Amino acid sequence: MLLYLLKRLFSLIVTLFVASLVVFVVLEVVPGDPASYMLGINASADTVAALKSELGLDQSRFARYIQWVGGMFQGDFGTSYTYRTPVAEMVRERLNVSLPLTLFALTLAIVLAFPAGLLAASRRGGAADSVVMAITQLGVAIPNFWFAMWLVLLFAIKWQWFSAGGFPGWGEGFFVGMKALVLPAVALALPQASILTRVLRSSLLDVLNEDYVRTARAKGLTRRQALWRHALRNAMIPVLTIIGLQFSFLLAGAIIIENVFFLPGLGRLIFQSIAQRDLIVVESVIMLLVFAVVVVTFLVDIAYAWVDPRMRRGF
Amino acid sequence: MIIDKRSFTALLLAAAFSGSALAAKTDITLGMALEPPNLDPTGGAAAAIDEVVYANIFEGLTRFKADGSVHPALASEWSIENEGKRYVFTLQSGVKFHDGADFTADDVKFSIERAKADDSTNAQKGLFENITSVEVIDDATVAIDLETPDGNLLFNLAWGDAIILDSESADNAATAPIGTGPFTFSNWVQGDRIEIEKNPDYWGEAVALEKATFKFISDPTAAFASLMAGDVDAFPNYPAPENLVQLEADPRFKVVVGTTEGETILSMNNKSEALADVRVRQAIAHAIDRQAIVDGAMFGYGTPIGSHFAPHHPSYIDLTGNSTFDQDKARALLKEAGVEGDISLSLKLPPPAYARRGGEIIAAQLREVGIETTIENVEWAQWLEQVFKGKDFDLTIVSHTEPLDIGIYARDDYYFQYNNPNFNELMAAFSKEIDIEQRDIMLKQAQTIISEDYVNGFLFQLAKTGVANTKINGLWENQPTQANDLTGVSWSD
Repeated sequence: MLLYLLKRLFSLIVTLFVASLVVFVVLEVVPGDPASYMLGINASADTVAALKSELGLDQSRFARYIQWVGGMFQGDFGTSYTYRTPVAEMVRERLNVSLPLTLFALTLAIVLAFPAGLLAASRRGGAADSVVMAITQLGVAIPNFWFAMWLVLLFAIKWQWFSAGGFPGWGEGFFVGMKALVLPAVALALPQASILTRVLRSSLLDVLNEDYVRTARAKGLTRRQALWRHALRNAMIPVLTIIGLQFSFLLAGAIIIENVFFLPGLGRLIFQSIAQRDLIVVESVIMLLVFAVVVVTFLVDIAYAWVDPRMRRGF
Repeated sequence: MIIDKRSFTALLLAAAFSGSALAAKTDITLGMALEPPNLDPTGGAAAAIDEVVYANIFEGLTRFKADGSVHPALASEWSIENEGKRYVFTLQSGVKFHDGADFTADDVKFSIERAKADDSTNAQKGLFENITSVEVIDDATVAIDLETPDGNLLFNLAWGDAIILDSESADNAATAPIGTGPFTFSNWVQGDRIEIEKNPDYWGEAVALEKATFKFISDPTAAFASLMAGDVDAFPNYPAPENLVQLEADPRFKVVVGTTEGETILSMNNKSEALADVRVRQAIAHAIDRQAIVDGAMFGYGTPIGSHFAPHHPSYIDLTGNSTFDQDKARALLKEAGVEGDISLSLKLPPPAYARRGGEIIAAQLREVGIETTIENVEWAQWLEQVFKGKDFDLTIVSHTEPLDIGIYARDDYYFQYNNPNFNELMAAFSKEIDIEQRDIMLKQAQTIISEDYVNGFLFQLAKTGVANTKINGLWENQPTQANDLTGVSWSD
């Protein structure tokens, strides 16, 4: 197990290093610089030069890369060019929205998907299965921003139960904050729940055809007992993989939903920073996401081992 | 005194009602499409900065009022000496910065010198170019000396880029702005909103609002939803002209269509091979149907223009006649120039809707007269790099939003690369002229020269389409400068 962890740690470091290089190089190639962007079309060339030197952009690329990576080692992500605030602080503020939203949406997806998937698998070919399949088909097909707009139209404009968007901040109280995340979480959860349901169902059906399930049935278990005791656990591997992917996706990929609900999340921060060529923010946020994905993958791997003892032997 | 129970209840009810009738709302939430990157108007060009801080948090010596006229602000009065080369300002007394520091002539000297300095990052440094020195006469008097007489000085000092900062707090203006205005900065939830509060110690007339929130909503659909759901009270620059009709029909809202300083132009690279010939530029000007662009790209909001000048300005002359929509004339001009049917231009479009939607229409109109265009959508940063700095383009569409910015045509290295010595001379003379009548004549000449040189395709003046709750009074109808001045805003009962 220790060796496995060390190996993992090593690959994490290599991944982060390669990612930092790729991110830095790609953003250097993109045309446009933050100083010209900030000063607009009336600024003179020497003003732009003055701002560039103030921001440290007049140094060589190599020096800036070393400075950036060196800073990160010391936990210093630098200062945003346009916002003039520490990047770490900005990211933390955005994570205060994105992380709870991701967890909320994912929990919602799981809570919906498990009963639905189990029901569909256990009643394979039955009416319940058809209904679940039809609904999830729709859930996968509907673009989530369109669904989000419907939620706004009904719950915010027509009945005015929720705000149309925005985030008041956790300072206003836990429930106020959660309330602001309800509609976005539902909009994000619907397609994820649909995908998860379908994966769980097909994975369960695969497992139900396995020999050991037949043996379990032969020793006298009912279909449902076999499903619960033997099949579910074995069907978890693909489901866990999907959940891991969904977490990473939701953390930064919720940008469209963030736009519809004008939430100050991580996705919009990246989008905005790219448009403004606030490179240091883009670079640091991407590194954070790479880190998050690697960690989540690691956690999923551990979960594999937990559900499937055979996988532990390889460690 | 005996009061029976019934009349006591009546009294209470009456009190309650009169109380509620008197208590008009004192907080307001304004929607803005873009979030300011920071709050220092002296260190960035983003319009969103001024839209939060101008006249609310920060003040300059002079200021713009809603109609675009220049009024005293921190300077109560001034006199002009030394044949227009020296301005002596008397400052308002008893003014304090939000952190309690006194406002004095030293602050004026500091702010102007900071903007002028070699390492200044002021986006409009040009405004201060003509100032040679700032002299502190006493705490309440300051003199500004100029290189040459300058009729624009009071106008220039009214810009958001010329606001007065305190030397103690200037460096933190980006995130913790300390000004002298009627509102103080209170909170910024990045990505979501900025809150400002009434300054109880304001030196001037007290404002009616206790609190104002600027909420940042970039998505046009979300902007609509936020108004309909009541999350936002007003959207001074509503980003989706397509649903203004619907909002107008809603009794809760009023839609106000005003003017801006944004001349939207089809900029032409005057040094590119094809466009160096004035006949080709003229042909393009005649090939464009301005009204069709206003209708198609802006849903009818916008006024066609024939030069680089705002129609609401007193010196405006209507020159749209120089470039009437006339396809035959356009074809004839191209033939005369010898490029008939053999012309292909690049058209680079920045993100705003006026450019992207307008660009498609213009491309179609140019094709009608035999000019092919290759459309390329670019981001702002890319536009600045390739078009503005690199001059690597034939055509582009941009709205120039600075007030009275016809002077950019006198800059030889400006991105559309127009170079006419007569025009340059005229603008140089204009900046020295103080006589109002002469200035008026010169502005009219300037408009005519660039219109007849067909420097650019002059399209339309951008409209300001504002939506607000019907009970809100005092928001600016027009946009003489980019600002959401809340000093005169109040709710009616």
